[in-house]
Amino acid sequence: MQYSLLYFETPAARGRRDTSDAPAYWGAWNAYMGAMHAAGIMLGGNGLMPPETATTLRISGDTRHVQDGPFADTKEQLGGYTVIEVANLDEALDWAARAPCVTAGSVEVRPVMQQPA
Amino acid sequence: MDGDARRAVERAARTSYGRLLALLAARGAGIAAAEDALSDALAAALRVWPERGVPDAPDAWLLTAARRNLGHDRERRQTATAGEATLALLDDERLAQDAPPFGDRRLELLFACAHPAIDPGVQAPLMLQAVLGLDAARIAAAFLISPAAMGQRLVRAKAKIRDAGIGFAIPPPDRLGERVAAVLEAIYAAYGTGWDAMAGAEAKARGLSAEAIWLSRVVREALPDDAEAAGLLALTLFCEARRPARRDAEGCFVPLSAQDPRRWDHTMQAEAEAVLRAAAALGHAGRFQIEAAIQSLHAESVMTGRDHRVPLTGLYDLLWTLAPSAGAGTARASAHAEAGATDAALAQLDKLADRTTGYQPWWAARARVLHLLGRAAEARGAATTAAGLSTDPAVRAFLLGDGLFIGR
Repeated sequence: MQYSLLYFETPAARGRRDTSDAPAYWGAWNAYMGAMHAAGIMLGGNGLMPPETATTLRISGDTRHVQDGPFADTKEQLGGYTVIEVANLDEALDWAARAPCVTAGSVEVRPVMQQPA
Repeated sequence: MDGDARRAVERAARTSYGRLLALLAARGAGIAAAEDALSDALAAALRVWPERGVPDAPDAWLLTAARRNLGHDRERRQTATAGEATLALLDDERLAQDAPPFGDRRLELLFACAHPAIDPGVQAPLMLQAVLGLDAARIAAAFLISPAAMGQRLVRAKAKIRDAGIGFAIPPPDRLGERVAAVLEAIYAAYGTGWDAMAGAEAKARGLSAEAIWLSRVVREALPDDAEAAGLLALTLFCEARRPARRDAEGCFVPLSAQDPRRWDHTMQAEAEAVLRAAAALGHAGRFQIEAAIQSLHAESVMTGRDHRVPLTGLYDLLWTLAPSAGAGTARASAHAEAGATDAALAQLDKLADRTTGYQPWWAARARVLHLLGRAAEARGAATTAAGLSTDPAVRAFLLGDGLFIGR
């Protein structure tokens, strides 16, 4: 089954990218992604630029509402995602459990929607 | 002949439902689809068996028919995996020929239902439905929830198992602990549906109790180091051992204190004591072991005439601390009342009132406590309410008679 792992970070954790802590921060993510590649389960994924770079669009009636920032203002920010192919939810959860953001932030595990036939 | 065939279908439905459903669901069909396929197979058996005779291996026949139904279902949906259904069917035919020993995936099914990704409140009901084939209304009654709400929660949970890809497997050792508690809980609920403090012993309920005991044996064997798995087996065996004494010759309900211990099943009683000792030796106390110890003490008291009412209140207090359910609270209040603390008992019952309006044992306990307090008219009213909540005629007769009001 294909799962998308959505990585949520706290602003504090994400902020480590811009400090002397950056090598440790990236090292942890690189090791994690490397392990996924090595296991042959990685189908794709991306890191995302920070939430302040986001633009949210909504259309009501004929009006486009364009807004600065992400849709919801939450304590945790979506920092990136991967798509993996594993046997079941438990295996996906085991990979989620290894993500560097899982202690301070969280990982949402969602099945990827299959193409309707 | 027709009657024989019909009875064979009913027997297969009663004894093999969970095992067949587990096998079907474990192949990736999902619980809901497996349920539909199995009930269609049972319907087909009701048509075919009276004409062509009961097959030599009824379970294998049902499994093959259900798998074919699942295959058809898959074709109808025209999924990308067209070849898969065919392969599965070929596999079915082979398996059917290999029958009867075609394995048992019930434990795996239980663990799928007890997955932490499933809403904890629906785990036990889900297991009851999947493994025992109970309908939502019956489960709802056992869990004090409206049938409509229960039905909805069950549908949602089954969809979650299918769509989130929850696997059918016994969890690895490091994950086992968190999942076992939910499984034990569900088995106990299944047992309670067949046998609770006041419920009757009609045939269907007896079947459910036997299934629950069987399940606790399976879990106990799979997890020999789990003290609570042993505790649950001991508890269910204690209760089951007393079943023969719960009715007198006229079929009237006999409460524990008035039972004739000679009518208990002494082999089962001895096994219960041995399993409880083994559980205690593992050194992890838990609610099922405490409940088993309570049953052991009750039994000993009836057999020897010794008065254990005060030590019993201690055990019930401990149980209440570990598992503050409506049932535990009601039993605890009763224990305190019998030990003389009637005012405290009534206060304990009052505190439970908002979650027990439809809970028969609570009304029966209330009737008894009010009687002990000398409030006869109110006691009679509570007993009448309890009788109205009971589905068992013998229990209703007991509640409407003087049974609750003997002795103080």
